[in-house]
Amino acid sequence: MAADYSQEPILKVEHMKQYFKVSSSFTVKAVDDVSFDIYPGETYGLVGESGSGKTTIGRGIIRLYDPTDGKITFKGADITGKLDKDTFKLLRTKMQMIFQDPMASLNPRKKIGDIIGEGLDIHKMYSTKEERKQKIDRILAMVGLAAEHYDRYPYQFSGGQRQRVGIARALIMNPELIIADECISALDVSIQAQVVNLMKDIQEETGAAYLFIAHDLSMVKYISDRIGVLHLGRMLETGTTQEIFSRPLHPYTRSLLSAIPSPNPRTEKGRTALEYDYATSGLDYDKGTLTKVEGSHYVHGTAKEIAEWMESTS
Amino acid sequence: MADKILDIRNLDITFTTTAGPVHAIRGVNMDLERGETVAIVGESGSGKSVVMKTAMGILAGNAVINSGEIIFRYKEDDGSTQEVDILKKEKKWIRKNINGRKISMIFQDPMTSLDPTMTIGKQLMEGMIMHLKISPKEAAARAVQLLSEVGITEPGRRMKQYPHQLSGGMRQRVVIAMAISCNPDLLICDEPTTALDVTIQAKILELIKKLQADHGISVIYITHDLGVVAKVADYVNVMYAGKIVEVGNIEEIFYEPRHPYTWGLLSAMPDLETDDSRLYTIPGSPPNLLHEVKGDAFAPRNQYALKIDSLKEPPMFKISETHYAATWLLDPRAPKVEMPEELSRRIQRMKKEVKEDGSRL
Repeated sequence: MAADYSQEPILKVEHMKQYFKVSSSFTVKAVDDVSFDIYPGETYGLVGESGSGKTTIGRGIIRLYDPTDGKITFKGADITGKLDKDTFKLLRTKMQMIFQDPMASLNPRKKIGDIIGEGLDIHKMYSTKEERKQKIDRILAMVGLAAEHYDRYPYQFSGGQRQRVGIARALIMNPELIIADECISALDVSIQAQVVNLMKDIQEETGAAYLFIAHDLSMVKYISDRIGVLHLGRMLETGTTQEIFSRPLHPYTRSLLSAIPSPNPRTEKGRTALEYDYATSGLDYDKGTLTKVEGSHYVHGTAKEIAEWMESTS
Repeated sequence: MADKILDIRNLDITFTTTAGPVHAIRGVNMDLERGETVAIVGESGSGKSVVMKTAMGILAGNAVINSGEIIFRYKEDDGSTQEVDILKKEKKWIRKNINGRKISMIFQDPMTSLDPTMTIGKQLMEGMIMHLKISPKEAAARAVQLLSEVGITEPGRRMKQYPHQLSGGMRQRVVIAMAISCNPDLLICDEPTTALDVTIQAKILELIKKLQADHGISVIYITHDLGVVAKVADYVNVMYAGKIVEVGNIEEIFYEPRHPYTWGLLSAMPDLETDDSRLYTIPGSPPNLLHEVKGDAFAPRNQYALKIDSLKEPPMFKISETHYAATWLLDPRAPKVEMPEELSRRIQRMKKEVKEDGSRL
């Protein structure tokens, strides 16, 4: 199923802020006024360097953190502030997360089947033991593992297989939104491709939306329908993959794109990446606003800056 | 230029583990000429780091070297050239004369290769005082100069700071400054940018390239990122399951790859032009070297595998003076197999990209 833009967005993030108070006089603004939405069946890629706040956004949405300010709406329900029982259940079943390190995120003392079935147990989503086993077997098959893997432990698996378990654990709840936080970064190149293909297949089959958080831009480009570029906790540019890659406007986006190494020695040898340093760029993120350029392409800056960037790229 | 700096012949290493012997390196040959850059590409567990650790004499205690020699030729301070077989030397001798002095290594994570309790300056000076036998004062002056050379602002102030006060990119620059502080002949970079962001990655690679040219150092890159390889390498060794399966210069590996594993690696990486709905993948996962490999180790994952692949190990077939590949597909008796169509289309596109626009970005 492709992204369905005619429907209401499944997730709406409006002016999200996440501050961490370090001391009485110092607060880290990890996420500062970020807004975006994700439509059913869509893959939204969040990119940015480490410290840009991409992981914090993912964790704030699924409420591993309590966002400082802003409104997050998931399937029509407000999921900020104190949650009532039904909203909490909706959040914990219909939104799932896949983590970066498949070894650290699986309990080493539990069997694979029980790791995958834990969500079912907590939310009592089966009536008989057979039904539970059936559900788990079906998901195992879906992610390309065999039924006999049910009784094994995480250490008996390779990195790629473990990440399949991580995906299976998310999938068993029939989620409508999956937050994938750097879920392929720890894997080898040939295995990365296997996992990405699997995620695409699953999306086609279940129609789940993805929030794909990564720093590997070539993979993000490949999997995402739309992309958001983050820097220092701000959303600097967002748009469809096509818009961002064919006409990057913000200098940070441009430096980010220019830094992607391409597997083509003839062009790669003579190329140097564009430099971008916020301190010397002359930009002040506090002054700018996220402004519409065209279609779904938005860029953060003052009217004058944006006009300049448009000029230089047209 | 027949000035070989490193010559690895027929290296064969087994690790004894509680589960049994692991045959990690199965006959590796490799050479490197002065001033050149060689990349070793492969998945985790292919043995690429083990080879380089052997060259530095820092193998784990349970490693058994079955056979092979590693000839290293370096320049003495008086300009004369020395030749040693690293495998025949005492660990202590290597530690004193080679490590950090003639061969330096840069590791993946700069935080773990710096001592968190020592200032940057002290760490930088340590090696120089020990190896170059210069006074602390001279060493300090050189350290400041090195820091500014690797692009660190306010080097005088940084000398007194601790690693935790620097960002990841800065730390890696300090590690690089340390690595070149004693004018080594050879620099080994083990995944130097994997822990860093793309923007910083590009800067670090450009820095290493510049230092290499300025100081005439030979560099070996160990990496799995083909984008990095394309940017820096002159020659490429593709490793799989403890063997080098294809070797060639950069153009040959990227534009005329012959081994199915190299095809797979190149295809699995989406370039920015890929629009297909599916990525090409190499099925399965690398073999467990606990079990002795029969025939071609890649055969179970190879869609082009022939019957002989499961019986006999392929030799290195010569394609050109610099290009060799170990696959039975190159045997004159083998059926003709072309690389996957999608890959050959992409290579055509990459070649064209250069013709139309040599100065892309």
